[in-house]
Amino acid sequence: MRPGFLAVAFLVLKKDLAIEFKSREIVYTTLFFAVACVMIFSFAFVMEEGVPVQGAAAGILWIAVAFSGTLALGRTFERERYGETLRALLLAPASRAAVYAGKLFGMILMMAATEIVLTPMVAFFFHAPFFARPLLLAALLGLGTIGFASVGTLFAAMLVRTRTRDVLLPILLYPVTIPVIIAGVRGTTALLQSPPEEPVATLWIGLLTAFDVVFVTLALWTFEPLMTE
Amino acid sequence: MLALLVAVLQQIPEGFVRVTGVPQTEQIPAAPLVIAAYAFFLLLMVFYLWTIWRRIGKVETEMHVLERRQSEKR
Amino acid sequence: MKRLFVPLAVVAAAMFAAAPVAIAKADYESTMLLVQKIFYFHFATWMAMTLAIAVCGVASLVYLFRGSKLADWYAVASAELVVVFGIFGLFSGSLWGRKAWGVWWQWDARVTMATMLVLVFLGYLMVRKYGGPGSEKLAAAMGIFGAATAPFVYKSVDWWRTIHPQTTVMKTLGGNWPGAWYLVWFCTASFLTLTVLMLAARVRLEAMRHRLDEMYLAAEDS
Repeated sequence: MRPGFLAVAFLVLKKDLAIEFKSREIVYTTLFFAVACVMIFSFAFVMEEGVPVQGAAAGILWIAVAFSGTLALGRTFERERYGETLRALLLAPASRAAVYAGKLFGMILMMAATEIVLTPMVAFFFHAPFFARPLLLAALLGLGTIGFASVGTLFAAMLVRTRTRDVLLPILLYPVTIPVIIAGVRGTTALLQSPPEEPVATLWIGLLTAFDVVFVTLALWTFEPLMTE
Repeated sequence: MLALLVAVLQQIPEGFVRVTGVPQTEQIPAAPLVIAAYAFFLLLMVFYLWTIWRRIGKVETEMHVLERRQSEKR
Repeated sequence: MKRLFVPLAVVAAAMFAAAPVAIAKADYESTMLLVQKIFYFHFATWMAMTLAIAVCGVASLVYLFRGSKLADWYAVASAELVVVFGIFGLFSGSLWGRKAWGVWWQWDARVTMATMLVLVFLGYLMVRKYGGPGSEKLAAAMGIFGAATAPFVYKSVDWWRTIHPQTTVMKTLGGNWPGAWYLVWFCTASFLTLTVLMLAARVRLEAMRHRLDEMYLAAEDS
């Protein structure tokens, strides 16, 4: 009997989490890379007297998320490619879209883990009041992560058999996710104002939701024909 | 200059307004910009069409080479 | 289609000969004066780019789900046109902005999004060139996602007010200044005709390449 969509997705997720828990390789390396990003930006943006440019905090957070996310995407699918497990997954009697969904959930969790560490860190280094409206910030980060990860998982999967995949992934991924990043940065910046501009942030949350719906739907729809030879 | 910028910012959101007659003198000369824009368009189109023409030429040359090789075989 | 090419080319040539004359003769705009005349081609090029994006998006979908080679040819041809028209749009906009805004570049909503679209379709061309075998499908994904984000570019100016002229400019132009309205749509028609012509030429290149491949295969068999 064919397992249901969510059942397959969670199976794929469980598999990825199990592998990751054993070595924690991707989580640690991605996290360290994200921290290194933030440090580099700190050196770039700190003015004299050591006072950081507060306005830059939102942008820095999102750039670190995007860069480390791309790295994690590359590493995750490199692992699949190395073990030749992707082909096995695709041969399984399960809906391809469900396989995609499972991988997407895993990616979102991975990026969320990074963000949980990054956000307080950026808030600390840049004196940025990120936690004035924690729910709105969580919504922005969450929706932005979903948007970024949905396109990223699709592109990383479809590039798995390409020789130049490492350089092509950023080239393809960043332009398409520019609207998501912009919406995230604008929304986060609105939350950093004193007092936090809640209606503006809510507007951007709405826009992010729209992007997420479009991107996830398109990805689910095109995953199968893209992965078939 | 600031007054002009303010006037421009106030005017632009509502729409273009026509005016006839001789324009006033301005600080940044507009004519080179307008000419550059249209000239660039022309150059770009010519360039692009030339690249298509060149690529078609390459394919045609290869086709002729192949045809000749085929007729020589027979 | 082939038989229409030459007459269409003649029509396009005539339109493009007439356009600069009409533009030079047009009245000046009250605050921007001479530099506003860039608008006629600037708007037209964005219309052409939008058409190219739509063609690329649809063609990519058809190619991905039906495997139609012709659709793939149209996808790559229109992607190149998106980049060409997009570059001209950004360049003309930059020159216009230099005078009207005082700066060569502004990260306003529409400029940013338009740049992003050019980058997306440049990525399309990159992946076709460097993606190895099977890259047509990967590029199709880019085309589809690029086309999906395009409507947001158009609406972006309505949602956040910045320095860029709003979409209301075109809506009010018909009532306020019919001369300019007709001229801008004439230029747009010229650009769209040019788009059709260039699509046809570029698709012909792909068709010829395909025929060449078939000839190679036939030569190997014999």
